Formats: sequence, C-alpha cells, structure tokens
Amino acid sequence: MIIAERKPLDEIKSMVEGFDKVLVIGCGTCVSVCLAGGSKEVSTLISELRLAFGNAKPEFGAETLKRQCDMEFLSELDVIANDYDAFLSMACGAGIQFLAERFPEKPVFPAVNTTSIGVNRDVGVYEENCRACGTCVLGVTGGICPVTTCAKGLFNGPCGGTNQTSCEINPDQPCAWYKIYERLEKQGRLDLITEITPANNWVNQTPRTTIQPGYEERAAALKE
Amino acid sequence: MSELKSGSNLEKVLNAGYFAFTGECGPPKGANVEHLTEKFKFLKGNVDAVNITDNQTAVVRMSSLAASALLVQEGMEANFQMVCRDRNRLAMMADILGAHALGIRNMLCLSGDHQTFGNHPEAKNVHDIDSMQLIRLVKTMREGKFMNGDDIDVPPKMFIGAACNPFADPYEYRVYRLANKIEAGADFIQTQCIFNMEKFRDFMKKVVDMGLHEKCYILAGVTPMKNAGMANFMSKFVPGMDIPDDLIKRLKSVDKRDQSEEGIKFALEQIEEFKEMEGVAGVHLMAIEWEHKVPEIAERAKVLPRPQM
Repeated sequence: MIIAERKPLDEIKSMVEGFDKVLVIGCGTCVSVCLAGGSKEVSTLISELRLAFGNAKPEFGAETLKRQCDMEFLSELDVIANDYDAFLSMACGAGIQFLAERFPEKPVFPAVNTTSIGVNRDVGVYEENCRACGTCVLGVTGGICPVTTCAKGLFNGPCGGTNQTSCEINPDQPCAWYKIYERLEKQGRLDLITEITPANNWVNQTPRTTIQPGYEERAAALKE
Repeated sequence: MSELKSGSNLEKVLNAGYFAFTGECGPPKGANVEHLTEKFKFLKGNVDAVNITDNQTAVVRMSSLAASALLVQEGMEANFQMVCRDRNRLAMMADILGAHALGIRNMLCLSGDHQTFGNHPEAKNVHDIDSMQLIRLVKTMREGKFMNGDDIDVPPKMFIGAACNPFADPYEYRVYRLANKIEAGADFIQTQCIFNMEKFRDFMKKVVDMGLHEKCYILAGVTPMKNAGMANFMSKFVPGMDIPDDLIKRLKSVDKRDQSEEGIKFALEQIEEFKEMEGVAGVHLMAIEWEHKVPEIAERAKVLPRPQM
C-alpha cells in the first residue's frame, strides 16, 4: 500500500489560514490502513485545527471518500464542492492530484506527506520496500528489493560499508545485501551472486501511464 | 610482457613484476591549489601513483578530476577516484573522456560513502549505476564504445581499479564480489585498510585458490595509525573497519608520544608480510592527512627508489 504521514499542524494551519470554509477530505484505502488519512484522522485533524484557530475562521467540513485516486468516488463531492472555498486532502499524492484535477477552480492543500510504498510491519509501523522503479529484479534477489532497501540502490552485492548485518547509514537499518545473501543461501541459490547485473533501464524517469492488455479493444467496443 | 591496456606508470610497474607502492591524497575543502601541491611533494618519487579521492566521506571538496589533473601537471601519476553517488552515466562518461584528455590513465571505481555521513546529508544521491557497472563501463569505453554501443572516436584507455573490503559482512560473499569485479573489467584492486591480518591471510588464500590473483593485481591497503585514539575512532565510527583489540592494546601499551611510531612500526611489519604474501602485488598506502610521513614510511619499508618505467 501507499504510506503517508500527517504534516505538522503548524504547516497545515498556515496553508488554510484566510479561507472561510475548508473541506477536509479523507481517503478510505491505503492512508486509512496506515493511520494517516482515514475518517478517524480527518476528525482528529479538524478537532486540532478548531482548537488552533479558536473561534476564528475557517469553518471545517468533513468527508471521507472510498478512494481519491478514482473519479467515480471523487464525483460524490460534486454536489457539495461549491459550499467550500478550499479543500484539504488527506489522501496520498496521487489522490490529492486527482482531486485537484476534478475541481480545478478550487485550491487544494495536502495534509499529509506521501512517504513510500510499503508494508504493515505492525499497527503503526510501516516499512518502505518498493520504489516503483519499473524493472523488478526481485526474482534474482531472493524477494528483497535492493533498489529500495539498499541505501545506495546497488545491484551487484554489498558495498564495503556493511557493519556486521547492518547498513552503514544506521545500525537499525539491515543491510539489504546481507539479507539477500542469507535468503539465497537458505534457498540454495547462491550461484546467483556470481552473475553481474547490467546497468538498469530507469523507466521511472518520465511520467508513466500503464495501459493493460485489452484496454483499447474494450474502449473501442464501448464507443460503438 | 603482455600488451599494455593503458600504458599508465602503475600498469607498467605491475606488468614488469615490481611490487607496487601507491599513495593517496584528499583534495582540499576549497580551491586551494597551493595546499594540494604542497601535499603532492611528499608523494612525488615515493609512490607509483597517487589516488585522488572523490568527495570522500561525502564531504564536498575540490573535484577529484581537477585535483588529478593538477597532479599530472606536477609530473606525477594520478589514480582518479570516481564514486557512483554524485554522477549519472552521462556525467561519468564525460568525465572519463575528460580525464583521459587531461593525461589521467588510472581510475578507481567506487560506490561512495552515503551522503548522510557527509556535510550535505539532505542531498539526493545518484547511483544511476553501481561500482560493478562502472568498472564495466570504463572497460567498454577503453574498447571504443559508449554505454549505448555508439563508437568513441578516441577511446579513453584507462587502467581500471576497483576496491575490495574483505572485512565487511557477509565475509563469504566478498571473494565472489571480487571475482565479479575482475570479470567486469578490473585490472587492479586496492583493498580497504587492513588491520586484521589473520582474516586477510584467510581471504588471500581464498583469492589464490580461485586463481583471482592471476587475473588481476591486488594491492593491500595499509593505513598507519597515528595513535590509539585514531584506532578507537575508526573501529567505532568508520563503516566496514575491522580493527582487532590487540592492535588497540599494542598502541595503548606505549607512551602517548610514541604511539605514532608504534603505528608506523605495525604498518611496516604489514608491508614486509605483504611483500611475501602469495597473490599480493603491492601496497596501497593511505596515510590519512599524514602525507608528510610517506617519504619516511616508503624509506623504512625499503620500497625506494621506485622503478622508473
């Protein structure tokens, strides 16, 4: 899922200062699961903002959509959009942008920082493990991503800075290549470390649109 | 004598079967040419090539390319260090061509310390390619091709160096990583500073068993300790360092004023052993901010005069 964390209250406060009515919009998918921007976090943020602004403006409204990365759900806001002069979104960066696209005349502000694509290690602990590089090598790295979990994104084994089992940047950060070595050893696939991985094709350097097979035929059929 | 790949002095020394002796010099934190040429003087005539470090420990300094060129202007031989942290493949290829145009004939290909160690920890690192891929790139360019396969009109003929740290975990991985670096195109290896001699002997045995020493020249990394404090600091704060307690004890066992002499003595003992160790083709002396000690160490290590190739 996509991981986010809420921005500091002062930063959010300064963004919405001066508006009369602000709609705080949560998102019911990833950011709800990672406790950053679901309906509960919308309520908490509004309480904090009301306290911070005292009786002064802005007034706040609350909505939480199923997903902000989907026009179908964003359209639910069409009927109430005009009641507000700004939106404060708690969705990930993708959701915020889609919201802004749906209501281009409306100032939209981010209440969270989108941090990563990651996993739920524990309630409240989320680890990054995918950078969406677009050329997945997990098949030869024991299912551990070196692009994300090696601080230097190395493709060909550990650098000289490995500190026992940790990365040189921090004793709490495991060395990705140490883990890859351990995993491959357990699987009896250590022969993989004798292969040299060539330079990567960084397909994530331009904005990407993914078109799945069958889409064009389906779209054409719908048109007819 | 086999055909020379780059014609660098270091290559000629190694190719002729001499025990190589290389040094190192960190560029200044400023455009201070005088400071640099002052340090060069201690190295001139005492080493076969001088490694010029590239924003080492991720601290901004005069560029390794410029400092290497200044060294060449002084009639010395540079080993131009390039890290993958600060340049993408376009900048790397451009600098490799530029380095050759400026008379640089040796390169050391490195990953680079992480920027969080340095003085601009907020920086975005590059790591477009890794050190393995950089070694292969320098070789590809020597053979007349850019990374995309296009022809280079005048190929930069570099003698290709790589690093090896036998002391970082997982230990069992290290000899295979070394083999890959040689496969990728490394002509010579400069190891991380060696302090744990027992482990290094074991590592070199593995290297010799795999025949890697016959495909590549291996230069053993030596750093003389200035005092017990430096040994303690390196042990605790420099990633990938393996400093045995015995060495720290040995330095502490003498009076503070004599600790630097004890450190040099240990380095000299190491160099003597490396001269005899199977598979070791030379020593890379990293006298960190201690360049003025290089003439004395070279003299006492009996590696002078350096061969004139």
